[in-house]
Amino acid sequence: MYFCLYHRHLLELLKQTAVHGESNSALIIGPRGSGKTALLNRALKDLREMKQVKENLLEVHLNGLLQTNDKVALKEITRQLHLENVVGDKVFGSFAENLVFLLEALRKGDRTSSCPVLFVLDEFDLFVHHKNQTLLYNLFDISQSAQTPVTVIGLTCRQDILELLEKRVKSRFSHRRIYLMNSFAFKQYLRIFKEQLSLPAAFPDKIFAQKWNSNIQLLSEDKTVQDVLQNLFHYSKDLRSLHFLLMLALSNVTVRHPLITASDLQEASKQYRMDSKANIVHGLTVLEICLIIAMKHLNEVYEGEPFNFQMVYNEFQKFIQRKAHCMYNFEKPVVMKAFEHLLQLELVKPIERPSVRSQREYLLMELLLDNNQIMDALQAYPNCPTDVKQWAASSLSWL
Amino acid sequence: MPILEHPAYPPATLLCLESLVPCRESQVSMLLSIFGERQQLSFPSIFIYGHTSSGKTYVMKTLLNTLQLPHVFVNCVECFTSRLLLEEILIQLQNGSETKQASPVPCDTFNDFVRLFKQALVSQNLQDQTVYVVLDRAEQLREMEANVLPAFLRLQELTDRNVTVILLSEIVWEMFRPNTGCFEPFILYFPDYSIGHLQKILSQNHPPEYSADFYSAYINILLGVFYMVCRDLKELQHLAALNFSKYCEPVVRREAKERDTRKLWKNIEPHLKKAMQTVYLREISSSQWERLQCEEEPGQIKGLSAHTHVELPYYSKFLLIAAYLASYNPVRTDKRFFLKHHGKIKKTNFMKKHEKTSNHLLGPKPFPLDRLLAILYSIVDNRVAPTANIFSQITSLVTLQLLSVVGNNDQLDGPRYKCTVSLDFIRAIARTVNFDIIKYLYDFL
Repeated sequence: MYFCLYHRHLLELLKQTAVHGESNSALIIGPRGSGKTALLNRALKDLREMKQVKENLLEVHLNGLLQTNDKVALKEITRQLHLENVVGDKVFGSFAENLVFLLEALRKGDRTSSCPVLFVLDEFDLFVHHKNQTLLYNLFDISQSAQTPVTVIGLTCRQDILELLEKRVKSRFSHRRIYLMNSFAFKQYLRIFKEQLSLPAAFPDKIFAQKWNSNIQLLSEDKTVQDVLQNLFHYSKDLRSLHFLLMLALSNVTVRHPLITASDLQEASKQYRMDSKANIVHGLTVLEICLIIAMKHLNEVYEGEPFNFQMVYNEFQKFIQRKAHCMYNFEKPVVMKAFEHLLQLELVKPIERPSVRSQREYLLMELLLDNNQIMDALQAYPNCPTDVKQWAASSLSWL
Repeated sequence: MPILEHPAYPPATLLCLESLVPCRESQVSMLLSIFGERQQLSFPSIFIYGHTSSGKTYVMKTLLNTLQLPHVFVNCVECFTSRLLLEEILIQLQNGSETKQASPVPCDTFNDFVRLFKQALVSQNLQDQTVYVVLDRAEQLREMEANVLPAFLRLQELTDRNVTVILLSEIVWEMFRPNTGCFEPFILYFPDYSIGHLQKILSQNHPPEYSADFYSAYINILLGVFYMVCRDLKELQHLAALNFSKYCEPVVRREAKERDTRKLWKNIEPHLKKAMQTVYLREISSSQWERLQCEEEPGQIKGLSAHTHVELPYYSKFLLIAAYLASYNPVRTDKRFFLKHHGKIKKTNFMKKHEKTSNHLLGPKPFPLDRLLAILYSIVDNRVAPTANIFSQITSLVTLQLLSVVGNNDQLDGPRYKCTVSLDFIRAIARTVNFDIIKYLYDFL
């Protein structure tokens, strides 16, 4: 794979601790879906298969989403090192004492060497928000002092992670960073596409596998498919989005339709890139559409200043009285109910929190759709009355 | 020809499923292909969004129950804290095959949840099948702790087991995404029902005494009245059920035959229009509505809003009127309205251009107590002494929420109030005391 270099680097680092007993720390930084966990898992798999490491390495996997404060983290470390019995009911004065006790307990019988411990901290940027960054400070501290061979590997999506560390924590960190930046070009992306879709050699039905793989080869040379992939590549390089697209395309594969076609991929691309807000607007009632158009006009005339229900109702009344022939003049409570439905769908959002003191009609709101979205959605809206369409298109509200 | 096909499930079950989910076949077949076979890993998380009553919860429940896939179904509005949510999931998992209620397992943090979840899977022998965790009204997850939503999206990775989390919501995914990103779920859209679909689904509920055509004609009329205002399937079903007996009345009384569409239409149309003002707005309850239909003469329908028209004592009415004037008239115009010898007020060009500053669009403004009393004295004919009686009436108006207090109680220059009644309400009140309020309002000059 394309990150062989990083893999070798990381493996070296881990070997240093596991085999030679040195302490280390490193951070793997990269945007979501760039392969950080995959890289680490691959390196760990190779490490565990090494002869010298076989029984020797202890792993502790922590995740910022699960261990939301340092106390929980410490309990988890105790649990993963299987030291609950050893700790028992002891009460420690500080975090550092506790951690040192745990690591002491790992020393082998002759007390001269100790089992190397690997700490993997996933979602590293969440640990930074704990109080005083105690866990990080202590882990990095131990990795600097030569008592127990410890490696701390953090995985994070934040590029500015170093600025979030406190000074004392930062100074104990070795500043070793591995950046995974999805830095491949389109040709490689195309190759990955082929690899992901091809069936492995171990597939039971060899004839079908061959037919399938040659179809994939044809697809990767097809211009429309390349356009689809190019579109996706420009939007997001990470492989997760590619997986979603392929998944959508593969869901069309049935016994009757055994091979993917270019049109499957085009359909999938269209579905992947749907504007979700436009979909919601598609399902609104005519009354709600009128309210949205009234809000659009208010935004145009008053240049985006917030409005309240009373103003929207006023605009709507003006439309009904002057232009509408097909819209019945609905009562205010009915219009209010439609407006509240828009609030519920979060197409309109209040600027301040609603309180008991203020009346609902006068609460200031803003519209979370922009003009283009509204006009596009109206084009797609089924059976839209012509008056409403014309009112939307008119830019002056008093015509 | 059956639309749903999948090698893992028997075709009879799929046919049964198809009949239960009309107009949603393509979404169900997409879900089936994503779920795959029982033991295969599926997407770690799926996000399904669509309008109110577009069948998300119903289709999900029907699909999981018909195919008998192991699942846990939780509503996030019911379990509004993370603790309730996590405990509910564990309880439902443990209940699985037993009939007796399992004792609630205390589960505070997501860390404990992951551990207990793995244990529960082992105890229920579910390690080889995909377990589905369905979270309905998932937008409430955003209100809980920040780690709950991202952790659920990655539950498969965190527990290292075959589990898929399905989130159902009306709100689009863009409003959910946390700041630093998260594991993006597979997003599926449930399109809204078109008018044809609504017709098809509503017509399925026809009572056996009448023909399907008769009921379809009724649904047609109902949709004609309500479609512009409401496309919500549940509301329409409710309205259809409530009004059908009235629709059948002419046929029952032998005044018209089933095919006399014009007579039936004339009979039902005013009724439906009334329903829009009352039952649709929940002004009166459904049982009141049904009782009303049985009465021979149309009685007085007292909706919920009618209860806000309380009968006030004489001076309270004037206090309320004075408060309304104080809220909606700018201070500088008081001289013109309430003094005997006043000058003219010119509406400046600035005011004319910015119609938005009409106070009736912006809402009531707060005013001090002194101004209220000053206006009160000038609009009431006979002399009013500032007794404690008057002040206690002001307090009772505040309790009735016709006035509201603005600011802190311990303000040194006296309390400030705001009038929170609507124009129609105050006009009705003013009419009862023969006071022409429109003459005194600045916006109607």
